[in-house]
Amino acid sequence: MSEAFMLAAMLVLVSMAAALLRAWRGPTSVDRIMAVQLVGTGMVGVAVALGAARNEAGMLDAALVATLLAAVAVSAFVRRPEGAATSHSKPNSPSLDR
Amino acid sequence: MGPEFLAVLQILSLALLAAGVLFYVAGSVGLLRFPDAPSRLHALTKADNVGLGLVSLAAAIYWGEPAIAAKIALVWLFAIISSGMTAQLLARAAPVADGSGSPAEYERESGT
Amino acid sequence: MSAAFDILLCLMILATAGIALFVRGAFAAIAFFIAFGNLLGLAWLALGAVNVALAEIAVGAGVTGVALILACSRLFELGDNLADVRTPLASRLGSAALCLGFTVMLAGVVLTIPPGDRLSKVVAPLLPGLGIENPVTGVLLAFRGYDTLLETFVLLGALVAAWSLTPDASRRLPPTTMVMTDPTSRIVAEAFTRLLAPAALIIAAYLVWVGSDLPGGAFQAGAVLAGALVVATLGGVVVLPRLDSLAARIALMVGPLTFLAIGLAGAALGGRFLAYPDGLEKTLIVTIEYALAISIAAGLALLAIGPPQPMPNNARADAR
Repeated sequence: MSEAFMLAAMLVLVSMAAALLRAWRGPTSVDRIMAVQLVGTGMVGVAVALGAARNEAGMLDAALVATLLAAVAVSAFVRRPEGAATSHSKPNSPSLDR
Repeated sequence: MGPEFLAVLQILSLALLAAGVLFYVAGSVGLLRFPDAPSRLHALTKADNVGLGLVSLAAAIYWGEPAIAAKIALVWLFAIISSGMTAQLLARAAPVADGSGSPAEYERESGT
Repeated sequence: MSAAFDILLCLMILATAGIALFVRGAFAAIAFFIAFGNLLGLAWLALGAVNVALAEIAVGAGVTGVALILACSRLFELGDNLADVRTPLASRLGSAALCLGFTVMLAGVVLTIPPGDRLSKVVAPLLPGLGIENPVTGVLLAFRGYDTLLETFVLLGALVAAWSLTPDASRRLPPTTMVMTDPTSRIVAEAFTRLLAPAALIIAAYLVWVGSDLPGGAFQAGAVLAGALVVATLGGVVVLPRLDSLAARIALMVGPLTFLAIGLAGAALGGRFLAYPDGLEKTLIVTIEYALAISIAAGLALLAIGPPQPMPNNARADAR
């Protein structure tokens, strides 16, 4: 049974490797951040499966922290395209951060 | 709990685990194969969270302890809440393949 | 099965690290760095070091990733074309040599550690006297308190360094709001903050609390709180304090000062510096950890978001 969870963890790891191919290819930074998010979700899945395989409940705390922080990178990321777009299309536009 | 019941639980857990891995793989395939960022977002925010939910359920059944099951449920709850926010934010930022978005900005800063 | 998992994980870590170093384009490098942090967290989990995994996931992948993304966007706003950055060969070779030297030194140290886990045999019998079951917390706050005290000042030093690079003009500016410019995105972030912030507060308190017996601790809790603070700032729920705000400075100092005060009190009560009075060890350690979590949260959030930003027009003038 714990072998089954180990196998599942490994297969999820393979799917994470495939997602990294998208981060490599892009073409846009939205694609890259999506691939990173997928790696994040995969990591949580692997942590849960690994915890079950090894019967170690502490790994769930790691999964919990990872899910809590998963969306922070995305919110930092989406702050920028708008700002970047405004600052370049209108070089003399006033502060973006007002 | 008789041995038959435990065996049924074990089979259920294995089936959920297999289904979960399948959804993970489907999510990655979707991320790679879908034509543009908004459709790839489906793969990211739907398939993967179902995958995580199924793997979590399998783990909770396998562990068979209510306290641990509650913590696993919390993990999944946070995952779907933050994925809902991720989907909203990225969908607004994602350039569409028909050119109505502004992919040029992304291309330039990502250096591709 | 376990060996196959370990090998695949190792290969993925090496690949993401290599790509993060050599890929063209700053954002692609950041994406691979965050993925690398997540995989490294998994590696620590696979090694059974849940404490380190928690720290790596929270600080290495989480908060550092956010700081890099925001730094990248600021440089972009300043007009830097990050895709065309060419570092001079000399500084590239220099940093390669430094990293190589450090790696060799580290490998040398690791290889001199005798096989077999002797340290835990030394530490384990001492833990019951502290009332603490997590050996990592015990070592960090009781047996090697000196190191940890200095480490808490390192974060403060990093923040002071970042602040001292701020141009004089922007130091007097009102706090920069890093609120998202797109109104709908801002509303989404605001609604998410109202869900995330209370949960993050509870999880952070929980992480410090379990830290005395199970994996967890002040740094992990601080990182979770810092993440919530960053989202709150971006969603416009929280306004960043000014550099001279007293409240912000108290929040930054409360952890290190509590640690220092308790350490000095130990010396004054007849023991040594950083020695805890008998029977009070656990109470004092948990007090220090909670105070540290607040300071670490404030420090990480302010570092990730960065010092006040001058208006873009001024910024361009400064950049030239």
